[in-house]
Amino acid sequence: MSRPPLSKQDEGDGMTSLDLVPTNAGVDATAPLLEVRDLHVEFKVRDAVTKAVNGVNYSVNAGETLAVLGESGSGKSVTAQAIMGILDSPPGRIAKGEIFFQGQDILSLSEKERRKLRGSKMAMIFQDALSSLNPVLSVGFQLGEMFRSHLGMSRKDAKAKAIELMDRVKIPAAAARVNDYPHQFSGGMRQRIMIAMALALEPDLIIADEPTTALDVTVQAQVMDLLAELQREYNMGLILITHDLGVVADVADKIAVMYAGRIVEHAPVHELYKRPAHPYTRGLLDSIPRLDHKGHELYAIKGLPPNLQQIPPGCAFNPRCSRAQDICLTEVPALAPVTERDGTELVGRGSACHFWKETLHG
Amino acid sequence: MAELSKNDEPIDATPNVSLVEAVDTHSESEAVEVIEAPVERGEPILQVRNLVKHFPLTQGILFKRQIGAVKAVDGISFDLYQGETLGIVGESGCGKSTVAKLLMNLERATAGEIFYKGQDITRLSGRALKAVRRNIQMVFQDPYTSLNPRMTVGDIIGEPFDIHPEVAPKGDRRKRVQDLLDVVGLNPEYINRYPHQFSGGQRQRIGIARGLALNPEIIICDEPVSALDVSVQAQVINLMERLQDEFNLSYIFIAHDLSIVRHISDRVGVMYLGKMAEIGTDEQIYDHPTHPYTQALLSAVPVPDPEAREHRERIILTGDVPSPANPPSGCRFRTRCWKAQDKCAEEVPILAVPERFRSEDTPAAHESACHFAEEKDVVHAA
Repeated sequence: MSRPPLSKQDEGDGMTSLDLVPTNAGVDATAPLLEVRDLHVEFKVRDAVTKAVNGVNYSVNAGETLAVLGESGSGKSVTAQAIMGILDSPPGRIAKGEIFFQGQDILSLSEKERRKLRGSKMAMIFQDALSSLNPVLSVGFQLGEMFRSHLGMSRKDAKAKAIELMDRVKIPAAAARVNDYPHQFSGGMRQRIMIAMALALEPDLIIADEPTTALDVTVQAQVMDLLAELQREYNMGLILITHDLGVVADVADKIAVMYAGRIVEHAPVHELYKRPAHPYTRGLLDSIPRLDHKGHELYAIKGLPPNLQQIPPGCAFNPRCSRAQDICLTEVPALAPVTERDGTELVGRGSACHFWKETLHG
Repeated sequence: MAELSKNDEPIDATPNVSLVEAVDTHSESEAVEVIEAPVERGEPILQVRNLVKHFPLTQGILFKRQIGAVKAVDGISFDLYQGETLGIVGESGCGKSTVAKLLMNLERATAGEIFYKGQDITRLSGRALKAVRRNIQMVFQDPYTSLNPRMTVGDIIGEPFDIHPEVAPKGDRRKRVQDLLDVVGLNPEYINRYPHQFSGGQRQRIGIARGLALNPEIIICDEPVSALDVSVQAQVINLMERLQDEFNLSYIFIAHDLSIVRHISDRVGVMYLGKMAEIGTDEQIYDHPTHPYTQALLSAVPVPDPEAREHRERIILTGDVPSPANPPSGCRFRTRCWKAQDKCAEEVPILAVPERFRSEDTPAAHESACHFAEEKDVVHAA
C-alpha cells in the first residue's frame, strides 16, 4: 500500500480546508477527535481509475454525531473505510490526504499499529449484521474475541465479558443466549450484537455505516435509541453514514452532504434542514415525501449520479442542477464559508456551490 | 374531491416552486392535478374476501407429515376501486408480499376469494386464468434481478406479447415496445440494449414498461422504489402517478416506507402478522390512527425535520414480531401492545369501525381491528 505524501501543503485543486482549526500535528488538547484533511481515494481496475473520494475534509469531536449523507457511489463508505484502514488495497489507494486521530497522523502508522487502534480506539458497525458475523461461531465467542485478542483475556473471562456486553445492549436472557449462533437471532438483535462488538473495548470513535437500513422502522427506532444512549454514556464520537434524511434529522449534531466524492455542503443539523445552501441538498430535501401531510407532485432531481470514472468537469452536479451557469461547467467550486446577507459568518457552515448565496437567501 | 380540500392547508410548506420545472419526465404539468385523482366509487374492480394463505411446515423425507403452518396471510379483506391506489404497509414478515402473489395467482390461496369484476379468480385455471392475468400485472422490487440479463430490453418488454399475441400482432410489436419506452421516459432507441447498460432507476422504468405492455387495469407494485436512491425514487414515483392518470390504472402499492405510501395512496391498509390491523383513507390512517400498531409504526418513522425530535412522541415497541407459524391467541399484536388486557388474549378483534366512533362523523370512524381503539395523532409535532 502506498502511503500518501506527508507534506501539509496541498496542491490546491480548488479545495479549502475550512472548518479546520490549524493545528500543529502532534498532541493538542483542543484538536478534534478525528480530522480528515483533503482525502483522495481512487480505485484502479484494469485501465480505468475510479475516483471515489476527491478531497474530503471533516472533523468529529468527542460526544458529537456527524452524519455523512449521500447516495450510493458518493464516497461516504469509502471515506469511512480509509479512516478505519480497511480499504481494499489494491485496487483501492489513498492518493492524497491526511487523517488525524487524537492528534496523531494515522496514515503514517504501520499496519500493526493501525490494528491496535481498530477495535480499541475506533470501531465500526456495518449495515448487514448477518453477513458481518461469522455463521459458524457462537455470538459469545465472537464478542469474546475482542477481549481475547486485544486484552489477552482467558476464554472464561472473555465469555463473562460477552454476557455483560449483551446485557448492555439489552439482549434479553443474555446468559442463556451467549452460545447461540447468529442465525438464531432476529435482525434487530443481530444489529445489537454488532453494536456490542463495536463497544466492547469502549472506543473513542464509532463509525456506523447504514446501521439500520436493513431493519424495519419499529426495530430501527429501538436500535437508534440504543446507539444514542450508549454514545452519551461513553462520550464517543459517532460518524453516522446514511442516505436516510429522517434518521439524520433524528440523531445528528452536524451533517456533511457528499456528492461524487466531495463534500458539497456541511452544516449544523437544524440549519441544513431549514436553509440548505447547495442545490443538491435542497433537491434532496424536496424530493422526499412527507409523513405529516400529502404534498403535491414530488420534486425530482433530473438525471443520474455521475459515473465516477468520468466525473463532469467543473462542479460535478452541474448536469443535474437547475441553477447551472457557464462557470459551473469549468470551475470546481471550493467548499467556502457561508454568510448571512449582512456578512456575518454562519458558524460551521460551508457550501461548494458558485451560487450558494442565491440558494441560501433565495 | 373531499380528500383534496382537507389536505389543502399544509401545502404551502412545500417549498421551491421554481425548481419544479426541472423535473425530468415530460408532461408533469397535468400530473400536478392528478396526484389524488378522486375516485368515482362505482363497483370495486377487485374485492378480496377472507383471503388465507398457509404454507405447510412438514417433517420427514419420504412420508411427509404436516406439523404446522406458517400463517402468512390469515383472513384479510379489502376492496380496490378503479383508478385508485391502495397502499399496503407493514413490517417484514407481515404477509404483504404474499398478498401480492395471491392477487397475481402466483400462489394458490388456502381459502377465501378474490373477485375481479365479480368473478372469483382463485378458482380459475387455464384459459380463463390467462385472460384475467392480462388485466392484472406486477412491478417487482428489485430491478437488478427481475430483468433477464441475457435478453434485450425490447425482448423483455415485448415478452408479454408472446403470451398474449392478441394484444399486438407480430409486425406491430417493435413499434409498440418503442412506444412503451417512450411512455416511461426512456429513449426508444435503447430497444436493443441489455439491462446491465441501465441504471437502477432506468431498469425500474423498464419493469414498469413491461407491466404496462398488455394495457392492464390493475398493477400490483411490490416495493417498487425501495432499491432506488432518494433522488431517483422521486422520478419513478412521479412517473407512476402520471401513468395512473394516463391509463386510468388501479395500483396496489406495497411498501414499507410509510411516507412514500402516504404520498401515492388514496387509501392505506396496515398489516400485522397476516392480518389487516387498520384500513382507511390516507388522512384517516396517518392523521387519525386508532390502532395501537399503526400509532407505533407511524411514531417510529424518523421525519426529516430536526425540530421534530424534541416535540414528537415516540412509541418504542419492545421485542420482535412473533413467528407467523405460532401467532399469539386473540389479537396478534397483544404481545407488544401497551394496552393489552385479558380480553385481547381471548377474543380476536374484528376489522370494523369501532363502536364508539360509529355514530360520529369523525375521521376516526374507519375500520380498525382493536378492542380498545382510540384516536391518537403521532405524526404531527405537539
